[in-house]
Amino acid sequence: MDYGQLTTDMFTGTEILDVFRALGVTHVVYLPDSTLGTWEPALASAGDLQLVRVCREGEAWAIAAGLHMGGKRPIVVLQSTGLFESGDALRNVLYDLGLPLWAVVGYRSYLLPESKDSAKRFAEPILKAWDLDFLLVERPEQLPLIAGHLQAAAAGNRPGVVLLAEGKG
Amino acid sequence: MPLRPALEVVHKLRHEQLREAIVVTTMGSAREWPKLGSPHPLDFQYLPSAMGHAPMLGLGLALARPEREVVAFNGDGGMLMGLGCLVTVVAAGAKNLTIIVLDNGLYEVTGGQATAGAAERATGGGSCDFAGVAQAAGFHTVGRFTTLADWQASAAEVIAKPGPRFVQLFAEPVGAEYHLPAPSPMAERIANFQAALGVV
Repeated sequence: MDYGQLTTDMFTGTEILDVFRALGVTHVVYLPDSTLGTWEPALASAGDLQLVRVCREGEAWAIAAGLHMGGKRPIVVLQSTGLFESGDALRNVLYDLGLPLWAVVGYRSYLLPESKDSAKRFAEPILKAWDLDFLLVERPEQLPLIAGHLQAAAAGNRPGVVLLAEGKG
Repeated sequence: MPLRPALEVVHKLRHEQLREAIVVTTMGSAREWPKLGSPHPLDFQYLPSAMGHAPMLGLGLALARPEREVVAFNGDGGMLMGLGCLVTVVAAGAKNLTIIVLDNGLYEVTGGQATAGAAERATGGGSCDFAGVAQAAGFHTVGRFTTLADWQASAAEVIAKPGPRFVQLFAEPVGAEYHLPAPSPMAERIANFQAALGVV
């Protein structure tokens, strides 16, 4: 993988913060990568939602589960590699506990056509294997679709995932 | 110390300073806690679980409900799976969370196989100095108890101290009684729990 190539930061932190606010998100439970991390200044300084930093992505799903059970509206934000790491935690809270949680998953290397990054190869198959309803966001014009996708998931009492195209990880 | 009396110490506080608290049990604690008396509406039996994640479920509840104390049990095998979560707790700023690790050096619910910490425990210590790790991570209150008498004498005081709090208890294995019970339907349990919490 050529990390010298572009990083396409499709949305600014302010744009994402506006989406989260419109959705009523109270807590962003996250572990950054080089794309998602560009949102951090906006998310960390927002007074109306709390940024919860985790050490390992599996923690994020369980924290989000507790927040949801406690009446809050969390969203998990992590890279595709973190999705892979956190499979058992995801399985438990989404299927054993049956909680309709939201997540934004950074799709590492998707925007690098020549990339041989194995994280790119497995992101969509893994989401499908977990039977997750995901919206692939490839272009900035799709920003307005994010809220609608997650709201539809919540209305159906099912988890909702946004798979966000990224350049480098 | 025997497991059930160690849990009874906390269960007794359920009628005192933990009357309004949330208590999350998992693995062995989820098996034993319901045997101690009538269920409290804010008991959450985290079963089936994702092993090791009970403290994080507790952290989410603590952040969601800062007006309530949250006690989250964990096993030593579960704790070894995610020591980093102790740093996450401190970073999140939750003051109303107590994590209690029941340390028996075994993967008890699968029949008693040794954890990676078992060799260290055999030398007379715990599976790992979890309390030391918690202290290094920045927990405000940390306790490590090898005898039931010491735990009985100190539990109320420890839980009254500033949070987040971490307690390591040297627990004895339960032997043949390791099987986990078949839980009631999760959706029903969560609905009842949320109703007790007043969030639905």
